[in-house]
Amino acid sequence: MNIPFVIEASGLGKRYGRTWALRDCTLAVPGGQVAALVGPNGAGKTTLLNLAVGLAAPTAGAVTVLGGRPAGAPAALAGIAFVAQDTPVYKNMSAADMMHVTRNLNRRFDQPYANARLDELGIPPKRKAGKLSGGQRAQLALTLALARRPRLLVLDEPVAMLDPVARHDFMATVLTAAVDDGVSVVLSSHVLADLEQVAGYLILLSRGQVRVAGEVAGLLAAHRQASLEALALHYLRETTPEVAR
Amino acid sequence: MTAPTMPARPDEEASPRPVPWRRMAWVTWRQHRFALAGVAALLGALAVYLWLSGLQAHHAFAAAAGCPPASSYACGNLLDDFNGTYGARAEAVAGLLLAVPALIGAFVGAPVLGREMESGTFRYTWTQEFGRRRWALAKLVPLAVVVAGAAGAFSVLFSWYLQPFLSDGNQTPLAPTVFGLRGIAFAAWTLAAFAIGALAGMLIRRVVAAIAATLAVYAGLALAVMNFLRPHYLAPLVSRNLLSPPASAWIISQWWTKGGTFIFAPWPPDIVQRQDCPDSSFGPNGPSLAGLTQCFVRHGYTRWTSYQPASRFWPFQWIEGGWLLVLSVLLIAVTVWLVRRRAA
Repeated sequence: MNIPFVIEASGLGKRYGRTWALRDCTLAVPGGQVAALVGPNGAGKTTLLNLAVGLAAPTAGAVTVLGGRPAGAPAALAGIAFVAQDTPVYKNMSAADMMHVTRNLNRRFDQPYANARLDELGIPPKRKAGKLSGGQRAQLALTLALARRPRLLVLDEPVAMLDPVARHDFMATVLTAAVDDGVSVVLSSHVLADLEQVAGYLILLSRGQVRVAGEVAGLLAAHRQASLEALALHYLRETTPEVAR
Repeated sequence: MTAPTMPARPDEEASPRPVPWRRMAWVTWRQHRFALAGVAALLGALAVYLWLSGLQAHHAFAAAAGCPPASSYACGNLLDDFNGTYGARAEAVAGLLLAVPALIGAFVGAPVLGREMESGTFRYTWTQEFGRRRWALAKLVPLAVVVAGAAGAFSVLFSWYLQPFLSDGNQTPLAPTVFGLRGIAFAAWTLAAFAIGALAGMLIRRVVAAIAATLAVYAGLALAVMNFLRPHYLAPLVSRNLLSPPASAWIISQWWTKGGTFIFAPWPPDIVQRQDCPDSSFGPNGPSLAGLTQCFVRHGYTRWTSYQPASRFWPFQWIEGGWLLVLSVLLIAVTVWLVRRRAA
């Protein structure tokens, strides 16, 4: 059972008050690879991901995941693991407690995998999550997500707050899950350099609208750009001349 | 880049069986055990005090009530001593206990959702397979039942503690200071405070602000009910020229009329007393209310008293417990509805 598209949106829009955080978003993100959601701050990346994981309800249009399951429905939650921005964890709980909570809230939880990962990362199971370094906390959140054995892993700005080493380690874990375990990944970032090596699919958002979406290789070839960064800049300059990054 | 194929998984995932409810039991316990321990410590300490102080009071009352002959001066003194010593203490205890539901609502109810919202952990919890609506229910309902149950058990002890003060029939069980602490009212008020706290936490999304809001809303509601709502659960009885309504009755209001028009309330002003009934105002034991009443009735005044008889204690308990239960269920339902529709 191979799911061709992990996120499908049609005419998707979300308005907060009078501001449209996302408008007229129609896309189909293919599975089986790492899809990168990029764009400047405030472009609507978090909004799109929140809609996809069911944390927010659309103002307009619809979004389904994993081959037609309505976002936020039990069937959708069962197959998606989400790591939110700033990787929120219960600060007064130990890593072991967090594992126990996650195991209780899901039917599937790979405890041996989680134990092995924490061991590998050198995170003591008894240590309170609030006492972990930023990188360790992000890795803990990622471990909890992956131990659920999701089909789709959604990450919102997972490395924005991390130092370069932690950032590299985190992305290595994500890539391992994607390549070895076949987990589809959708991750957002405003740091394009992190995505260069891993992204197979690119969605570029700016000002709440999709500017371009497609396979990275095809986009690079079509626009004769050498890198993701150049490609993104090309589109951002084209659509919003005042954005200079 | 080669796209790795997705491993096949059983098709049941498309329409999964929900994660069993009982799995949330540990999660709820783990996250709220300190709050529940706080409730246990608070009620436990108060219970120990009530038990020890109550034993003393019961002994003292038994001695005073069994004193022969009951009409003697010494026995009267004993009863006065009992009321002076233990009655004042019971009033202080009752005043303290009125705050207990508010504290439970603020410190147990408000953080349940307020802390998740404040720290952003709801983004983690609500995207787990268990589902956010069921998650909210699995937290709020057991906690509500536990705090209401603990309060209910505690109020049984308080009823026992209060027994001597009510058994002489000179105190009304409907008195605002003790009515809400006995019967089913104490559990119902605790439940309502918890529900107010839970909703405040969800609406305000900050723990400290939600605690403050819970205390304020609870105090406002409790005062409004005591002063404006409870006296009217059932139409009060109105008596005409009753010299003294039963001591166990809850007097709602008293007023006087003459020739069918309202004259004054609740008692005649001094100037009228001196004019119409100068003698009856000052007996050997101070002003005698009965004598005063009789005198004014002779002068053509009519005295009216509206009151709730003590026999209405249980009907009032069921009325108050009933609407508080309905209110609590509504507040919790609104809270869960907010969890469901709240956008991140």
